[in-house]
Amino acid sequence: MKIKVLKDILGANEQLAAKNRELLDSNKVFAVNIMASPGAGKTSIVLQTIRALKDEVRIGVIEGDIASSIDAETVAKEGVPVVQINTGGECHLEANQLENALNNLPLADIDLLLIENVGNLVCPAEFNLGEHLKVLIASVPEGDDKPLKYPLMFNTVDALVLNKIDLLPYVQFNVNTFTKTVKNINSKVEIFKVSCTTGEGIQAWSKWLKTQMK
Amino acid sequence: MHELAITQSMFDIVLQQAEQAHAKKVTKINLVIGEMTGVVSDSVQFYLDFLTKNTIAEGAVVDIKMVPPQGRCHTCNQTFELKEFDWTCPNCQGKIIDVIAGKELFVESIEVD
Repeated sequence: MKIKVLKDILGANEQLAAKNRELLDSNKVFAVNIMASPGAGKTSIVLQTIRALKDEVRIGVIEGDIASSIDAETVAKEGVPVVQINTGGECHLEANQLENALNNLPLADIDLLLIENVGNLVCPAEFNLGEHLKVLIASVPEGDDKPLKYPLMFNTVDALVLNKIDLLPYVQFNVNTFTKTVKNINSKVEIFKVSCTTGEGIQAWSKWLKTQMK
Repeated sequence: MHELAITQSMFDIVLQQAEQAHAKKVTKINLVIGEMTGVVSDSVQFYLDFLTKNTIAEGAVVDIKMVPPQGRCHTCNQTFELKEFDWTCPNCQGKIIDVIAGKELFVESIEVD
C-alpha cells in the first residue's frame, strides 16, 4: 500500500519559526539573522553595528556557536543584553534554539535583535528562525568566487556586507566580479562594502539597517 | 553534519504516517530533494540505514528524487534550468529570476504492508 505524504521535512522548523516571528512582532522587535563563514567578521559587524546605533535604538544580541561563550562575553562588554546558544555540534541555528534564547531576553526592552548564526555558508541558509532580515557577511580574504560555490546562501539573503575591504590592496579580489556574480544570482540584494578595522562603510550599513526596521 | 538532523525529521514523518496507517512494515520511502538544498543523498541514505535499525522501517528501500534548480524570469515568464550560476534569462536576458524548483525537501510517499 502506498501512502501519499508530501510533508515538508523542515515543516516543524517552519512552524516554530512562525511562532518566533509572532513573539518578535508582538514585542516590536526587529530581528536580523547574520550568517557568514567562520572568521568573516560576524562578531565584529555586530560590535560595530551596536556602536553605530546604540544611541538611537535598543539592541539585543543572540550569539550562536558550536561551543564556548567567547563571543557573548565580548558583546556583553558593550552593555547590551546578550544570550549565548551553544549548538553542541550542530552546524546551524534552528528555530527551537532561537525560541529558548528569546525566552531569556528582555524583549520588551529591545528594538533590534542581532542574531549571530554559526559560522557556515551551507545549512544556516535552509533554516528560517523567524527573523525579518537575512544578512550575509562575506570577507575579502575568502575570495571573490564564493557566490559560485554557495549559491543558496547568496540567493537567500536580503543584504550582503563585504567586510575587510581595507585588505583589498593585498589580496586578489575583484570587487566588480564579485558584485556581478552576486547580482546574477540575487538581483535584489543590497551590497555594502565595509571595514570593521577602519570603520569605513559602517555608517552606510547601519543607516540602511535602521531604515529596514518598522 | 546537518543531514543527520534532516534525516531524523524525515524518519519521524515516516514513522508517524506508518503508525496512522497501522502499518506492520515500511517497505519503501520516497523522498524529494532539491539540488539547491545541498542535502547529500548518500548521507541521507547512510543515516536512514542507521536510524531504521530495529524499527518497522528496517530494510526499507529508499528512493530519492533529486530536483534540478529551475527559475522563472520576472520579465518574460520564461522558465529554464538554472545551470551553473549565471542566472540570466535565456529568452530576454532578464536578471530578476524567481527560483521555482530546486529547494524541495519532503517525504513524497511511503509504501507499507
